[in-house]
Amino acid sequence: MTNTKIILAATATLAALLALGPFLPGWATFLGAVALAKGITALGLVVMLRSGLLSFGQGLFYCVGGYGAGLLMLWGDVTNAVVLVIAGGLSGLVAGLLIGPLLAGYRKIFFATLTLALSMLVHGALTKADILGGSDGLNLRPPTFFGLEQTTGLSPVFAIYALACVIAVASACLLRIHFRSVRGLLSLGVKDNEIRVEYLGTSVRRAIFENYVVAAFLAGMGGALNALVLGHIDPELAFWTTSGEFVFVAILAGQVSVVAIFVASILLELVRSFSSQHFPNAWQMTLGIFMLTVILFMPNGIGALLQRRRGSKIAQGEAP
Amino acid sequence: MQLVTTILLDGLIDASWIFIVAVGLTLIFGVLNVLNLAHGNFYAIGAYVAATVAGWYYASGDNPPAFGLVLMLGSSMLVAGILGPLLERGLLRFLYERDEVILVLVTYALFLILEDATKLIWGVNPYYAYDPYSLFGDLKVYGLTYVGYDLMLIVFAIFAGIILWLGLNRTKSGKLVLAVIHDRDMSSALGINVTRIFVIAFTIGVFLAAIGGAITAPKISVQPGLAVTVVLLSFAVVVIGGLGSIEGAAIAALVVGLSRSLAIHLWPSAELFIVYLVMALMLAIKPQGMFGAVQLRKI
Repeated sequence: MTNTKIILAATATLAALLALGPFLPGWATFLGAVALAKGITALGLVVMLRSGLLSFGQGLFYCVGGYGAGLLMLWGDVTNAVVLVIAGGLSGLVAGLLIGPLLAGYRKIFFATLTLALSMLVHGALTKADILGGSDGLNLRPPTFFGLEQTTGLSPVFAIYALACVIAVASACLLRIHFRSVRGLLSLGVKDNEIRVEYLGTSVRRAIFENYVVAAFLAGMGGALNALVLGHIDPELAFWTTSGEFVFVAILAGQVSVVAIFVASILLELVRSFSSQHFPNAWQMTLGIFMLTVILFMPNGIGALLQRRRGSKIAQGEAP
Repeated sequence: MQLVTTILLDGLIDASWIFIVAVGLTLIFGVLNVLNLAHGNFYAIGAYVAATVAGWYYASGDNPPAFGLVLMLGSSMLVAGILGPLLERGLLRFLYERDEVILVLVTYALFLILEDATKLIWGVNPYYAYDPYSLFGDLKVYGLTYVGYDLMLIVFAIFAGIILWLGLNRTKSGKLVLAVIHDRDMSSALGINVTRIFVIAFTIGVFLAAIGGAITAPKISVQPGLAVTVVLLSFAVVVIGGLGSIEGAAIAALVVGLSRSLAIHLWPSAELFIVYLVMALMLAIKPQGMFGAVQLRKI
């Protein structure tokens, strides 16, 4: 696909998602918004996975984003959702810029463990920070949307869903273009062989740092969106099990398609809400069995399924 | 002086059971190259089974109290004997060819499954197995009264560490395990039955986690949520000590135990995150841990 086609496809997808919104039942809009927020975060993980790095602590930025937006609302009296989500993204970005230089020197299991340790550090600190609500966290007020909700009767959940759609589609589209660019392809080279990439005249450290910061920004926005949908922030956002879910979404999706990430995220949320409704005492177990099944029987993730269909179309003589 | 003694002893007691659990994690990582996120669940299951066994044994009245403790420790063998081969042969072996990230995720899925499975089997109400706690009486140290059982834990951990070290370094099967840790393909080429070593190492790893649960069961209330904290503690120990290193795990367990007791006595609000702080600092200064091997970069 050329860049123009990608942008056109993205615009069409966004229009379809927004048009679909009003027809969805309330629970589906809510679930969609949460799934998109998590998908945006997992998108960042895929950016890092392309250079062979797995973060087991992306919850750190998800949490920082959520608290950034939440505190701006509670202390700064800002209620505009767009401003809050951007503020969440920027908080994630700043945190990424601060710890990125340290992490850029780590690889493999050391990268995974250090990201995990840092996110647990933030979790522990937040649990004890009484001014930030301690382990109970803080309740947020409903956000506003430039006054639109008063003039048009826009439902707040739909408005957040729409905002999540815009951010998700825009970031997926930009990253899809980036992945094909020289700097984007460089990440694959880093995964393959760092020393060769260095000899080609680029800095591996810088490439990893850039990916890390992009992922932090995305997770920050994801965390802010999640905070606005749920109306609540707490330290659990930085707990290692939250990060584990993002890893699962990224692996379930595979690294071949950006659309697959959101499909995977929606699938995970559906399985979770379905199982917590029908097996309230065994929803984690259902989630675990679902994960195992996917890992065992779909080794290349959902993205590979989408890719395979496209491949068979080419084989049949259709345009890719 | 009293404060120093308290901090030291509390730290040692903490370090002893953490060491036993963590050394199992490091063994599994060393041999199978699997970072086992379900390790805390093996600890929790060990604690639940031991508490249940203790419940049955002590309920029946005038049995000799010391034998109850032996039964509790023996129950961990049962846990490991069932769970170890079942999970290694039934699940993990299909995935060794895959990326190590996938294996972490598989153990994460196992963590979720076992977490609910324990709740379904034992319910959400706490279990108590305090009867053996008074077996060794009380001891006076510098004017402080300590429960003998706690001090016995230290002895037990030292004993376990020595047995494990001797087993690995002074026996033939131990040396085979070390060979597999060092180079899996080469060992296989030399005729070592790597599959068997995998099952045995994983089972011993599960056993160490389960016995860690069994020996702490009399000290704590056995209830949901144990796994999630224990796995991170042992994880921290393994990272600080160096992945796959037993000597490292011993020293790191001391570091973790002492820093926790330092925090509890001097800076209580830091108790939750002091371990991660130490872990992050260690990774920042020496990423491969105290005793970890430096990895070569491929060209």
